[in-house]
Amino acid sequence: MDDTTTAPVRQRVTLRVDGGERSLEADTRTSLLDALRDGLGVTSPKKGCDHGQCGACTVLLDGRRQLSCLTLAVAADGGEVTTAAGLVREGRLHPVQQALLDADGLQCGYCTPGQVCSAVGVLAEAAAGHPSHVTADLDADVVLDEAEVSERMSGNLCRCGAYVGITEAVLRAARDGGGSRP
Amino acid sequence: MRPFAYVRAQDAAGAVATVAGDPDAGFLGAGTNLVDHLKLDVERPGTLVDVSRLPLDRIEDLDGGGLRIGATVRNADLAADPRVRHDYPVLAQSLLAGASGQLRNMATTAGNLLQRTRCVYFRDVTTPCNKREPGSGCSALGGYTRYHAVLGTSPDCIAAHPSDMAVGMAVLDPVVVVLGPQGERRIPFAELHRLPGDAPERDTVLEHGDLITSVELPALPVARHSLYRKVRDRASYAFALVSVAAVLEVEQGRVGDVRLAFGGVAHRPWRARAAEEFLRGRPATEESFREAAAVELAAAQPQPGNAFKLPMLRGAVVAALRDLTAAATEGDR
Repeated sequence: MDDTTTAPVRQRVTLRVDGGERSLEADTRTSLLDALRDGLGVTSPKKGCDHGQCGACTVLLDGRRQLSCLTLAVAADGGEVTTAAGLVREGRLHPVQQALLDADGLQCGYCTPGQVCSAVGVLAEAAAGHPSHVTADLDADVVLDEAEVSERMSGNLCRCGAYVGITEAVLRAARDGGGSRP
Repeated sequence: MRPFAYVRAQDAAGAVATVAGDPDAGFLGAGTNLVDHLKLDVERPGTLVDVSRLPLDRIEDLDGGGLRIGATVRNADLAADPRVRHDYPVLAQSLLAGASGQLRNMATTAGNLLQRTRCVYFRDVTTPCNKREPGSGCSALGGYTRYHAVLGTSPDCIAAHPSDMAVGMAVLDPVVVVLGPQGERRIPFAELHRLPGDAPERDTVLEHGDLITSVELPALPVARHSLYRKVRDRASYAFALVSVAAVLEVEQGRVGDVRLAFGGVAHRPWRARAAEEFLRGRPATEESFREAAAVELAAAQPQPGNAFKLPMLRGAVVAALRDLTAAATEGDR
């Protein structure tokens, strides 16, 4: 059976992206990442591996950090997407973004929007008491330290190797209460 | 990627009817594994029925103890649940040892159980693979086998099951609740996943159209004395080379109840029943633990590229049981 001739299927997808309602007609095969970048011109999330291994495409979907490359746009229909660009409010950087600048947490910057969204997710998860692989006592409160941040950020690769600065930035943002702002 | 129709399921029964009635249809959960496979052309469905938003996302107390975990409960939420952390630490730890924070926020309980092997040949459609294309041959035999099975293999397939969570669950003897075209049935966890045999294309005993709706954990007080130990190529965000889920009860220096399961070494989570039987009643010492691992691994058939897994697994078993023994001794003081 030659199933390659099946006709493409298109469906309307409506999302809230960085505070505004956006809509597009998308092939069902379109990832949320491609819908954002190519369909809507929202280029803050980046395409690295496109297979869920690098984290460059990380966005906040309905408030949680997720991989937009492994999410079908049709499956995200009706969802609320926040990208790193959408975290800037009235021209002011999010505390995580400012901390990344202050702590030298980037070189080329390609992975940075994903790092930003992931870090915002890490702070919210820690504030909600979610443990990690390196949390010694699963019944105790979570205290973010270097080991915790490294473990929780392990889904975001940085080929420039800015990990030392990234970890420091997330710790600074955690100390400064960056987790309290979405 | 082959074009497909997308349908968002309204209820579980309707989703089952749609998929059961169309051999070309499949379920879509979070898609963390399936969407990758669509891109790689490993999966080519004509219709996807999205079950990720069905109201199966709750963790409920069972009458008489235990927990019912809905099929769409996300891995991160399951690991963070205070009941799971306190009563079934092995399950929380196995979840937290898997994937990345983003993926755990997405991946569902049922999807985690049904994820496919990460055998590089299964994922590469240009190579023969009996699991992907029955009868085409196994490229892993004589090939790259670092992540492959050493127990329960067959001449047709040496793929390993990639899940951490499933290994953590295996020692808890849960029941998998499945809705099929003929109605609901309950499958003991140990019977869900298959060994490859001569049909490696079948990972589980589920039939086309069967939908996992929940996993029920029994009340198991001894599970508070449990842990998950994973050995991998890097400290985080890597699949297991080997892993050990262990539950251990120590009574006056001797092994009481003991449950062991291995990950990264077989086509399914490997419940180490021979080792368990060997250990019951013996002194809780490193020597017993080492012998028990040897008993379980006596039937292993490693490849040249993964023979290292045998000593690695022995070490992981000894370390896991030693740590649980130390914790039990500490608790007695």
